[in-house]
Amino acid sequence: MRTITIDPITRLEGHGKITIFLNDDGEVANCYFQVPELRGFEQFCVGRPVEEMPRITTRICGVCPEAHHMASVKACDAVYHVEPPPAAKKLRELLYSAFFVSDHTLHFYALGGPDFVVGPDAPPAERNILGVIRKVGLEAGSKVIELRKRAGRTVALIGGKYVHPVTALPGGMAKPLTREERDEILGHTDYFVEFAKFTLGVIENVVLKNPAYVDMILSDTFTHRTYSMGTVDANNKVNFYDGMIRVVDPDGKEFVKFHPKDYLEVLGEHVEPWSYLKFPFLKKVGWKGFVDGKDSGVYRATPLSRLNAADGMATPLAQQEYERMYSTLGGKPVHHTLATHWARVIELVYAAERAAELARDEEILSDKIRNIPTATPDEGVGCVEAPRGTLYHHYVTDERGLLRRVNLIVGTTNNHASIAMSIRKAAFGLIKRGAEITDGVLNRIEMAFRAYDPCFACATHSLPGAMPLEVEVIDSDGTRIAVRRRGC
Amino acid sequence: MSKPKLALYWAASCGGCEIAVLDVEEKILDVAAFFDIVFWPCAMDFKYKDVQAMEDGSIDLCLFNGAIRTSENEAMARLLRRKSKVLVAFGSCATEGCIPGLANLTTKEEILDWVYHRSPSTVNENGVRPQPRFHVPEGELEIPEFYEEVRTLAQVVPVDYFIPGCPPQAPQIVNVLSAIMAGAPLPPPGSVIGAGEKTCCDECGRKREEKRIKRFYRPWEIVPDPNQCLLDQGIICLGPATRSGCGALCVKANMPCRGCYGPPPNVMDQGAKMISALASVIDSQDPEEVQRILDQIADPAGTLYRFSVPASLLHRKRTQVTA
Repeated sequence: MRTITIDPITRLEGHGKITIFLNDDGEVANCYFQVPELRGFEQFCVGRPVEEMPRITTRICGVCPEAHHMASVKACDAVYHVEPPPAAKKLRELLYSAFFVSDHTLHFYALGGPDFVVGPDAPPAERNILGVIRKVGLEAGSKVIELRKRAGRTVALIGGKYVHPVTALPGGMAKPLTREERDEILGHTDYFVEFAKFTLGVIENVVLKNPAYVDMILSDTFTHRTYSMGTVDANNKVNFYDGMIRVVDPDGKEFVKFHPKDYLEVLGEHVEPWSYLKFPFLKKVGWKGFVDGKDSGVYRATPLSRLNAADGMATPLAQQEYERMYSTLGGKPVHHTLATHWARVIELVYAAERAAELARDEEILSDKIRNIPTATPDEGVGCVEAPRGTLYHHYVTDERGLLRRVNLIVGTTNNHASIAMSIRKAAFGLIKRGAEITDGVLNRIEMAFRAYDPCFACATHSLPGAMPLEVEVIDSDGTRIAVRRRGC
Repeated sequence: MSKPKLALYWAASCGGCEIAVLDVEEKILDVAAFFDIVFWPCAMDFKYKDVQAMEDGSIDLCLFNGAIRTSENEAMARLLRRKSKVLVAFGSCATEGCIPGLANLTTKEEILDWVYHRSPSTVNENGVRPQPRFHVPEGELEIPEFYEEVRTLAQVVPVDYFIPGCPPQAPQIVNVLSAIMAGAPLPPPGSVIGAGEKTCCDECGRKREEKRIKRFYRPWEIVPDPNQCLLDQGIICLGPATRSGCGALCVKANMPCRGCYGPPPNVMDQGAKMISALASVIDSQDPEEVQRILDQIADPAGTLYRFSVPASLLHRKRTQVTA
């Protein structure tokens, strides 16, 4: 029996891990993607008062606490059978839109973007936000810092606190927005829109005008034909805060459209013995393993999937860019994983436009922001689109509103199977017999997962917040022949 | 002279502490100029081997956030303790256990059983459970050991200083780093830094009349008066049992304090301190009525110890032993 010795160093590190096994010929025998963390929020929240959940579940993830705050409070509304006043919903959606702008910006400029903007074969020391700034111009760096500051400020004005907001509670929001605060926010949301336009320019000039990048986006190595999931409004347009969940099949045909409360009829989660994280799939199609196609229950819930699952965007500039993306990439749906970066920028445009609309809505200044629940609490599901995928919070309480059961399916987890498949396909496609495994090859394998902007703090209800990753290549003697680690 | 060496690390945490550090904005450039940042997995390439190769005690300052939940968290805590002259527990998780520490009110077995077997979305007919070591046809795969309980950093290694908060607020982080960079003398080991010396109530602008109350309200039940003390209005607010330093942000947003800055100076157990504060506001001398009023507090352990179960005298759920 051949034994793979994993150096003690690797056991000390808390992060995602890719292990690539090579056969005697130096070809890929198999490739595993493991998530080594678990915290157990679902279990330790049992017994807590349900209205505390929007303040407890923010601590699932310090990068996207707003997503958990919102999914959680919507589940609380459902548990108490209470509808928040319109102004409260608008405040929540404005906070949420500002957060989306900030989060998608972080990913595009600091995490995923460098691969495109600087290039996949650039030296590792260049492939970071500083490299992006060098390529796009110093001005871009200060714009990103300014954007993050203004978005954080908007979240804090509505949510009370920037990291881990606190104001959402069953039936509404705890704090009204003053006119003075709203006027400040108007300045921020106008900046969001300008920034989004600037980012469209970066995509256009740096990525789309480079045929090598476009070829890579369209290459089979980075393509999977899966089902696509996303939240849509009454007109089937993309929405982040509320709506029905729509799933389209790999041909783009509607497969199912359901209310979040019915998620258990649609979704199941598969368990593997070598990872702490589960693998969601479409129950009606079934778990068929790590394969794509119409007969496999694997689906994706990413920015690209949300665009695939919808008929368009609800704001003008975003709609225009939506149409342009599909006409450029050969029509709907698009299954090229790397196009997710483009889709993310289109969502950034939508979030910015939506934030500006909401900030201009006079109703947002109303002090009618609470409806006091009167019904007996029992059970509810709350759902939002997190930046990394559809987020479900499902609570069951006793008659005092103390939690009996908690079930969570979070953004990144939706994409767990497809992330593993994308990494595997990239490894098989890029590692060739006898050829040197260069840094560029390993980076391209990482690019397969980075397109998803994975956050395994959320996924495992664990940590860390971003995604430190390790890739190991092990030959048929069990010798580790290449290791690559990165922080985020 | 070479620059002082700074390391930042995250164990079992949410990443919010890292965002808080980045939130110091322009100041981060001063920090980067003053220190030689030798290790920061969130923002720089992971150089674990470099840390291991360092001389013991060669890192001047290590800011460690996150609690100790798995075998790797513990190993990293031990390694960084050995390599660092000054080890700081940064944020509520490292200091007190924070929200992940609520897991000490349940057990490892209950957590695993729910996640992999009982949760309604799980489809697991063969009863599969993740294993620390698992043989696949091509070799063996490993994942770390999930511990029975959550521990604070100081429950694993000696800690020099504590910076509380979930997360520590940016102005406090700036204060601490500025003082260090200015060469200010270090406070006595074991001190809490980057926080106030009073309670959250001292930073709260609400009027407190220390009213006696007949019943408690949960936050969703009433719309509180925005100018009056929340506790006076019957809403459990941990302000009296919480260290100052955050600027009373939650209370200013009409939400009660939940205690993320930890116990105030000279208080060992935050929950016990809060119980004594509650005892003084109940408007009754009749033991039965007092009991009735206290019974209105939903989930006392999870409320009074929201951020501090592992560091508290409770520490964790005791397993019932029957004769």
